[in-house]
Amino acid sequence: MFKDIEHLIRLALVIAIAVVAFIVLRVAVVPTSFGQYGHYRGAAVGEAAARPIAFAGHQVCEGCHTDVAEKKKQGKHVVVSCEACHGALARHADDPTSVTPVKLDTATLCGRCHEANSAKPKLFPQVVTADHSGGIACDTCHQPHKPRIEDEKPAAEGKK
Amino acid sequence: MDITRRHLLALLPAAAVAWKYILAGTPEASPNYKLSEHWWGMLIDIPKCIGCGSCVRACAEENDVPDGYFRTWIERYHVADWRIERPEVESPNGGKQGFPPNEISGGKNFFVPKLCNHCTDSPCTQVCPVGATFVTPDGVVLVDKSYCLGCRYCVQACPYGCRFVNPKTNTAEKCSLCYHRITKGLTTACCEVCPTGARQLADLKNPKDPIHEFLKTHTVQVLKPHMATGAKVFYNGMDGSVR
Repeated sequence: MFKDIEHLIRLALVIAIAVVAFIVLRVAVVPTSFGQYGHYRGAAVGEAAARPIAFAGHQVCEGCHTDVAEKKKQGKHVVVSCEACHGALARHADDPTSVTPVKLDTATLCGRCHEANSAKPKLFPQVVTADHSGGIACDTCHQPHKPRIEDEKPAAEGKK
Repeated sequence: MDITRRHLLALLPAAAVAWKYILAGTPEASPNYKLSEHWWGMLIDIPKCIGCGSCVRACAEENDVPDGYFRTWIERYHVADWRIERPEVESPNGGKQGFPPNEISGGKNFFVPKLCNHCTDSPCTQVCPVGATFVTPDGVVLVDKSYCLGCRYCVQACPYGCRFVNPKTNTAEKCSLCYHRITKGLTTACCEVCPTGARQLADLKNPKDPIHEFLKTHTVQVLKPHMATGAKVFYNGMDGSVR
Protein backbone atom coordinates (compact mmCIF):
# COMPACT_ATOMS: atom_id res chain seq x y z
CA MET A 1 0.00 0.00 0.00
CA PHE A 2 2.67 2.51 1.11
CA LYS A 3 5.81 2.78 -0.83
CA ASP A 4 8.97 2.49 1.27
CA ILE A 5 6.94 1.89 4.43
CA GLU A 6 10.11 0.91 6.24
CA HIS A 7 11.01 4.58 6.55
CA LEU A 8 7.79 5.31 8.38
CA ILE A 9 8.19 2.33 10.67
CA ARG A 10 11.72 3.42 11.49
CA LEU A 11 10.51 6.96 12.24
CA ALA A 12 7.66 5.67 14.39
CA LEU A 13 10.12 3.52 16.25
CA VAL A 14 12.38 6.49 16.96
CA ILE A 15 9.40 8.54 18.20
CA ALA A 16 8.19 5.64 20.33
CA ILE A 17 11.62 5.24 21.90
CA ALA A 18 11.81 8.99 22.56
CA VAL A 19 8.38 8.95 24.24
CA VAL A 20 9.26 5.95 26.36
CA ALA A 21 12.60 7.52 27.32
CA PHE A 22 10.82 10.76 28.27
CA ILE A 23 8.27 8.94 30.42
CA VAL A 24 10.91 6.80 32.11
CA LEU A 25 13.13 9.82 32.78
CA ARG A 26 10.23 11.89 34.07
CA VAL A 27 9.09 9.17 36.44
CA ALA A 28 12.67 8.74 37.62
CA VAL A 29 13.43 12.43 38.12
CA VAL A 30 10.16 13.93 39.41
CA PRO A 31 9.55 13.00 43.06
CA THR A 32 6.48 10.88 43.78
CA SER A 33 4.88 13.52 45.96
CA PHE A 34 5.21 16.31 43.36
CA GLY A 35 1.72 17.60 42.68
CA GLN A 36 0.20 16.01 45.76
CA TYR A 37 -1.11 19.40 46.97
CA GLY A 38 -0.07 21.69 44.12
CA HIS A 39 2.85 22.51 41.87
CA TYR A 40 5.47 21.51 44.44
CA ARG A 41 6.96 18.51 46.21
CA GLY A 42 4.29 17.42 48.71
CA ALA A 43 6.82 15.66 50.94
CA ALA A 44 8.44 19.08 51.58
CA VAL A 45 5.47 19.94 53.82
CA GLY A 46 6.16 16.95 56.05
CA GLU A 47 9.89 17.65 56.04
CA ALA A 48 9.28 21.22 57.21
CA ALA A 49 7.06 19.91 59.99
CA ALA A 50 9.57 17.28 61.09
CA ARG A 51 12.36 19.66 62.14
CA PRO A 52 13.31 19.58 65.84
CA ILE A 53 12.24 22.45 68.10
CA ALA A 54 14.54 24.69 70.18
CA PHE A 55 12.01 26.39 72.48
CA ALA A 56 10.13 23.92 74.68
CA GLY A 57 7.20 26.25 75.49
CA HIS A 58 6.20 27.49 78.94
CA GLN A 59 3.64 24.71 79.52
CA VAL A 60 6.48 22.17 79.51
CA CYS A 61 8.58 24.28 81.93
CA GLU A 62 5.64 24.68 84.31
CA GLY A 63 5.13 20.90 84.35
CA CYS A 64 8.24 20.50 86.52
CA HIS A 65 8.94 23.96 87.95
CA THR A 66 5.58 24.31 89.67
CA ASP A 67 7.04 26.47 92.49
CA VAL A 68 8.25 29.10 90.00
CA ALA A 69 4.94 28.97 88.13
CA GLU A 70 3.08 29.62 91.42
CA LYS A 71 5.35 32.52 92.26
CA LYS A 72 4.99 34.04 88.81
CA LYS A 73 1.20 33.95 89.13
CA GLN A 74 1.43 36.49 91.95
CA GLY A 75 3.28 39.05 89.87
CA LYS A 76 2.99 40.91 86.61
CA HIS A 77 5.55 38.68 84.91
CA VAL A 78 2.97 35.89 84.75
CA VAL A 79 2.47 36.83 81.09
CA VAL A 80 6.17 36.51 80.30
CA SER A 81 7.09 33.05 79.06
CA CYS A 82 10.01 31.30 80.81
CA GLU A 83 12.19 31.10 77.72
CA ALA A 84 11.82 34.83 76.99
CA CYS A 85 14.48 35.34 79.68
CA HIS A 86 16.06 31.91 80.15
CA GLY A 87 16.56 31.21 76.45
CA ALA A 88 15.70 28.19 74.32
CA LEU A 89 15.71 25.08 76.51
CA ALA A 90 13.94 22.28 74.65
CA ARG A 91 17.03 20.14 75.16
CA HIS A 92 16.82 20.74 78.91
CA ALA A 93 13.15 19.76 78.81
CA ASP A 94 13.98 16.51 77.01
CA ASP A 95 16.79 15.63 79.37
CA PRO A 96 17.28 17.99 82.36
CA THR A 97 20.84 16.82 82.91
CA SER A 98 21.97 17.59 79.36
CA VAL A 99 21.84 21.38 79.65
CA THR A 100 21.86 23.41 82.85
CA PRO A 101 20.33 26.86 82.38
CA VAL A 102 22.85 29.59 83.22
CA LYS A 103 22.29 32.28 85.82
CA LEU A 104 21.12 35.37 84.03
CA ASP A 105 22.73 38.78 84.11
CA THR A 106 19.77 40.88 85.21
CA ALA A 107 21.61 44.17 84.70
CA THR A 108 21.41 43.71 80.93
CA LEU A 109 18.42 41.36 80.63
CA CYS A 110 15.84 43.54 82.42
CA GLY A 111 16.95 46.60 80.49
CA ARG A 112 16.02 44.99 77.18
CA CYS A 113 12.39 45.44 78.10
CA HIS A 114 12.39 48.12 80.79
CA GLU A 115 14.97 50.64 79.57
CA ALA A 116 13.13 53.88 78.87
CA ASN A 117 12.46 54.60 75.19
CA SER A 118 10.07 57.14 73.75
CA ALA A 119 8.77 54.57 71.25
CA LYS A 120 7.59 52.20 74.00
CA PRO A 121 3.93 52.29 75.05
CA LYS A 122 3.43 54.97 77.72
CA LEU A 123 1.82 52.54 80.18
CA PHE A 124 4.68 50.07 80.04
CA PRO A 125 6.94 50.33 83.12
CA GLN A 126 10.21 51.93 82.07
CA VAL A 127 13.26 53.27 83.87
CA VAL A 128 16.51 54.93 82.90
CA THR A 129 18.72 52.28 84.49
CA ALA A 130 21.68 54.62 84.98
CA ASP A 131 19.54 56.87 87.21
CA HIS A 132 17.37 54.11 88.67
CA SER A 133 19.98 51.66 89.90
CA GLY A 134 23.36 53.03 88.93
CA GLY A 135 24.24 49.83 87.12
CA ILE A 136 23.75 47.35 89.99
CA ALA A 137 22.00 44.09 89.12
CA CYS A 138 18.20 44.48 89.12
CA ASP A 139 17.68 41.31 91.17
CA THR A 140 19.37 43.01 94.14
CA CYS A 141 15.96 44.56 94.85
CA HIS A 142 13.46 43.00 92.39
CA GLN A 143 12.82 39.28 92.17
CA PRO A 144 12.35 38.63 88.44
CA HIS A 145 9.59 36.03 88.94
CA LYS A 146 7.62 38.48 91.09
CA PRO A 147 9.16 41.86 90.44
CA ARG A 148 7.12 44.13 92.72
CA ILE A 149 9.01 45.06 95.90
CA GLU A 150 6.70 44.04 98.77
CA ASP A 151 6.58 47.25 100.80
CA GLU A 152 6.34 49.42 97.73
CA LYS A 153 3.00 51.04 97.01
CA PRO A 154 1.32 49.49 93.94
CA ALA A 155 1.02 52.88 92.20
CA ALA A 156 4.79 53.38 92.35
CA GLU A 157 5.62 50.16 90.55
CA GLY A 158 7.97 50.48 87.67
CA LYS A 159 8.29 54.23 88.06
CA LYS A 160 11.19 55.89 89.73
CA MET B 1 22.50 -16.36 33.87
CA ASP B 2 24.96 -14.20 32.05
CA ILE B 3 23.98 -10.55 31.92
CA THR B 4 24.40 -9.38 28.40
CA ARG B 5 24.44 -5.78 27.31
CA ARG B 6 20.84 -6.24 26.14
CA HIS B 7 19.73 -7.42 29.60
CA LEU B 8 21.48 -4.56 31.28
CA LEU B 9 19.81 -2.00 29.04
CA ALA B 10 16.43 -3.50 29.86
CA LEU B 11 17.19 -3.39 33.58
CA LEU B 12 18.24 0.28 33.68
CA PRO B 13 14.75 1.87 33.53
CA ALA B 14 13.50 -0.55 36.18
CA ALA B 15 16.43 0.35 38.42
CA ALA B 16 15.75 4.06 37.92
CA VAL B 17 12.13 3.63 38.99
CA ALA B 18 13.15 1.57 42.03
CA TRP B 19 15.75 4.20 43.02
CA LYS B 20 13.06 6.89 43.08
CA TYR B 21 11.16 4.94 45.75
CA ILE B 22 14.35 4.47 47.74
CA LEU B 23 14.89 8.25 47.67
CA ALA B 24 11.28 9.15 48.52
CA GLY B 25 10.87 11.59 51.43
CA THR B 26 9.91 10.76 54.98
CA PRO B 27 6.22 10.75 55.85
CA GLU B 28 4.63 13.56 57.83
CA ALA B 29 5.86 13.85 61.41
CA SER B 30 2.66 14.83 63.20
CA PRO B 31 0.09 12.08 62.66
CA ASN B 32 -2.77 13.95 64.39
CA TYR B 33 -2.32 17.14 62.44
CA LYS B 34 -4.75 17.62 59.56
CA LEU B 35 -3.71 20.10 56.91
CA SER B 36 -7.29 20.89 55.92
CA GLU B 37 -8.31 21.93 59.44
CA HIS B 38 -6.02 24.96 59.78
CA TRP B 39 -5.45 28.31 58.12
CA TRP B 40 -2.60 30.10 59.80
CA GLY B 41 -1.96 33.79 60.25
CA MET B 42 -0.67 36.13 62.91
CA LEU B 43 -1.92 39.09 64.86
CA ILE B 44 0.42 41.95 65.72
CA ASP B 45 -0.77 44.42 68.31
CA ILE B 46 1.44 47.47 67.65
CA PRO B 47 0.46 49.40 70.83
CA LYS B 48 1.79 46.47 72.86
CA CYS B 49 5.21 46.16 71.21
CA ILE B 50 8.09 47.38 73.37
CA GLY B 51 10.85 46.72 70.82
CA CYS B 52 12.77 44.40 73.14
CA GLY B 53 13.96 42.19 70.27
CA SER B 54 13.02 38.91 72.01
CA CYS B 55 11.19 37.73 68.91
CA VAL B 56 14.18 38.41 66.65
CA ARG B 57 16.58 36.57 68.95
CA ALA B 58 14.21 33.65 69.44
CA CYS B 59 13.60 33.34 65.70
CA ALA B 60 17.34 33.26 64.99
CA GLU B 61 17.84 30.56 67.59
CA GLU B 62 14.86 28.43 66.65
CA ASN B 63 15.54 28.58 62.91
CA ASP B 64 19.32 28.93 62.76
CA VAL B 65 19.12 32.27 60.96
CA PRO B 66 22.62 33.58 60.08
CA ASP B 67 23.84 36.86 61.63
CA GLY B 68 22.77 39.91 59.69
CA TYR B 69 19.78 38.14 58.11
CA PHE B 70 16.27 38.20 59.51
CA ARG B 71 13.13 36.13 59.20
CA THR B 72 11.49 38.64 61.51
CA TRP B 73 12.68 42.08 62.53
CA ILE B 74 11.44 45.18 64.34
CA GLU B 75 11.29 48.66 62.87
CA ARG B 76 11.15 51.85 64.91
CA TYR B 77 9.10 54.61 63.34
CA HIS B 78 9.49 58.26 64.07
CA VAL B 79 6.76 60.39 62.54
CA ALA B 80 7.27 64.12 62.84
CA ASP B 81 4.12 66.13 63.55
CA TRP B 82 4.09 67.75 60.15
CA ARG B 83 5.38 64.91 57.90
CA ILE B 84 3.24 61.82 58.20
CA GLU B 85 4.15 60.82 54.63
CA ARG B 86 7.89 60.81 55.42
CA PRO B 87 8.40 58.66 58.50
CA GLU B 88 11.92 57.96 59.70
CA VAL B 89 12.36 54.21 60.02
CA GLU B 90 15.29 52.43 61.60
CA SER B 91 16.05 48.85 62.50
CA PRO B 92 19.56 48.51 63.97
CA ASN B 93 20.56 44.85 63.47
CA GLY B 94 16.89 44.06 62.99
CA GLY B 95 16.19 45.21 66.55
CA LYS B 96 17.88 42.05 67.80
CA GLN B 97 19.54 43.84 70.73
CA GLY B 98 16.65 46.24 71.24
CA PHE B 99 16.80 49.93 70.40
CA PRO B 100 18.96 52.74 71.78
CA PRO B 101 17.07 55.72 73.28
CA ASN B 102 15.45 57.81 70.58
CA GLU B 103 17.62 60.78 69.63
CA ILE B 104 14.84 62.81 68.07
CA SER B 105 12.31 64.32 70.45
CA GLY B 106 8.69 65.06 69.71
CA GLY B 107 6.49 63.52 67.08
CA LYS B 108 5.12 60.03 67.28
CA ASN B 109 7.32 57.01 67.98
CA PHE B 110 6.38 53.35 67.87
CA PHE B 111 7.65 49.89 66.96
CA VAL B 112 6.43 47.70 64.11
CA PRO B 113 7.45 44.02 64.11
CA LYS B 114 7.63 42.55 60.63
CA LEU B 115 7.72 39.04 59.22
CA CYS B 116 6.45 37.08 56.25
CA ASN B 117 2.78 37.90 55.74
CA HIS B 118 1.98 34.36 54.58
CA CYS B 119 -0.05 35.76 51.72
CA THR B 120 -2.95 33.78 50.35
CA ASP B 121 -2.04 34.94 46.83
CA SER B 122 1.65 35.27 47.44
CA PRO B 123 3.76 36.95 44.73
CA CYS B 124 6.84 34.94 45.73
CA THR B 125 5.28 31.56 45.01
CA GLN B 126 3.88 32.81 41.69
CA VAL B 127 7.32 33.72 40.35
CA CYS B 128 9.21 30.60 41.49
CA PRO B 129 10.22 28.83 38.28
CA VAL B 130 10.70 25.40 39.84
CA GLY B 131 7.95 25.06 42.44
CA ALA B 132 10.41 25.38 45.32
CA THR B 133 8.18 27.80 47.23
CA PHE B 134 4.52 27.22 47.81
CA VAL B 135 1.48 27.88 49.98
CA THR B 136 0.69 24.79 52.02
CA PRO B 137 -2.94 23.65 52.30
CA ASP B 138 -2.97 25.18 55.80
CA GLY B 139 -1.89 28.59 54.52
CA VAL B 140 1.82 28.80 55.28
CA VAL B 141 4.32 29.90 52.64
CA LEU B 142 7.30 27.55 52.75
CA VAL B 143 10.53 26.99 50.82
CA ASP B 144 11.62 23.54 49.70
CA LYS B 145 15.38 23.80 50.23
CA SER B 146 16.13 20.75 48.11
CA TYR B 147 14.33 22.27 45.11
CA CYS B 148 15.42 25.91 45.39
CA LEU B 149 17.94 27.03 42.76
CA GLY B 150 18.78 30.28 44.54
CA CYS B 151 17.70 32.38 41.53
CA ARG B 152 16.35 35.18 43.79
CA TYR B 153 13.19 35.83 41.78
CA CYS B 154 11.16 35.44 44.95
CA VAL B 155 13.43 37.82 46.87
CA GLN B 156 12.60 40.50 44.32
CA ALA B 157 8.93 39.61 44.09
CA CYS B 158 8.13 39.90 47.81
CA PRO B 159 6.67 43.38 48.32
CA TYR B 160 7.45 43.19 52.04
CA GLY B 161 11.17 42.37 51.77
CA CYS B 162 10.73 39.24 53.83
CA ARG B 163 13.03 36.94 51.86
CA PHE B 164 16.78 36.52 51.62
CA VAL B 165 19.23 34.00 50.25
CA ASN B 166 21.00 32.10 53.00
CA PRO B 167 24.74 32.51 52.39
CA LYS B 168 25.45 29.01 53.74
CA THR B 169 22.94 27.02 51.70
CA ASN B 170 22.52 29.49 48.80
CA THR B 171 18.80 28.88 48.87
CA ALA B 172 15.95 31.30 49.52
CA GLU B 173 14.84 31.54 53.10
CA LYS B 174 12.02 33.20 54.99
CA CYS B 175 9.75 32.92 58.00
CA SER B 176 8.18 29.46 58.03
CA LEU B 177 5.71 30.51 60.74
CA CYS B 178 7.63 27.88 62.75
CA TYR B 179 5.85 25.19 60.77
CA HIS B 180 7.71 22.52 62.78
CA ARG B 181 6.17 23.96 65.96
CA ILE B 182 2.62 24.85 64.93
CA THR B 183 2.04 21.40 63.48
CA LYS B 184 2.99 19.96 66.88
CA GLY B 185 0.45 22.15 68.69
CA LEU B 186 2.98 24.72 69.87
CA THR B 187 3.03 28.42 69.08
CA THR B 188 5.82 30.05 67.06
CA ALA B 189 9.13 30.88 68.76
CA CYS B 190 8.49 34.63 68.43
CA CYS B 191 4.99 34.41 69.90
CA GLU B 192 6.27 32.12 72.66
CA VAL B 193 8.80 34.65 73.92
CA CYS B 194 6.94 37.91 73.25
CA PRO B 195 6.67 39.33 76.80
CA THR B 196 3.71 41.64 76.14
CA GLY B 197 1.57 39.48 73.85
CA ALA B 198 2.13 41.87 70.95
CA ARG B 199 2.44 38.85 68.64
CA GLN B 200 -0.14 36.12 68.58
CA LEU B 201 -0.36 33.12 66.31
CA ALA B 202 -3.83 32.80 64.80
CA ASP B 203 -5.61 29.81 63.33
CA LEU B 204 -8.35 31.32 61.21
CA LYS B 205 -10.09 27.97 60.67
CA ASN B 206 -10.34 27.28 64.39
CA PRO B 207 -13.65 28.78 65.58
CA LYS B 208 -12.37 28.85 69.19
CA ASP B 209 -9.32 30.95 68.33
CA PRO B 210 -9.50 34.37 70.07
CA ILE B 211 -8.49 35.98 66.75
CA HIS B 212 -12.12 35.99 65.58
CA GLU B 213 -13.34 38.04 68.54
CA PHE B 214 -10.36 40.35 68.15
CA LEU B 215 -10.97 40.93 64.44
CA LYS B 216 -14.64 41.70 65.12
CA THR B 217 -13.94 44.24 67.84
CA HIS B 218 -10.84 46.00 66.52
CA THR B 219 -9.85 47.99 63.46
CA VAL B 220 -7.25 45.71 61.93
CA GLN B 221 -5.15 46.27 58.83
CA VAL B 222 -2.65 44.38 56.73
CA LEU B 223 0.52 45.80 55.20
CA LYS B 224 0.22 47.13 51.62
CA PRO B 225 -3.42 46.10 51.09
CA HIS B 226 -3.30 47.67 47.60
CA MET B 227 -0.94 44.87 46.52
CA ALA B 228 -3.87 42.43 46.96
CA THR B 229 -1.59 39.70 48.25
CA GLY B 230 -4.14 38.38 50.73
CA ALA B 231 -1.72 38.97 53.60
CA LYS B 232 -2.57 37.08 56.78
CA VAL B 233 -0.47 39.03 59.28
CA PHE B 234 -2.96 41.42 60.83
CA TYR B 235 -1.82 44.64 62.44
CA ASN B 236 -3.86 46.30 65.16
CA GLY B 237 -3.41 50.00 65.86
CA MET B 238 -1.22 50.55 62.82
CA ASP B 239 -0.43 54.15 61.93
CA GLY B 240 -1.03 55.35 58.37
CA SER B 241 2.68 56.11 58.00
CA VAL B 242 3.67 52.43 58.19
CA ARG B 243 5.02 51.10 54.89
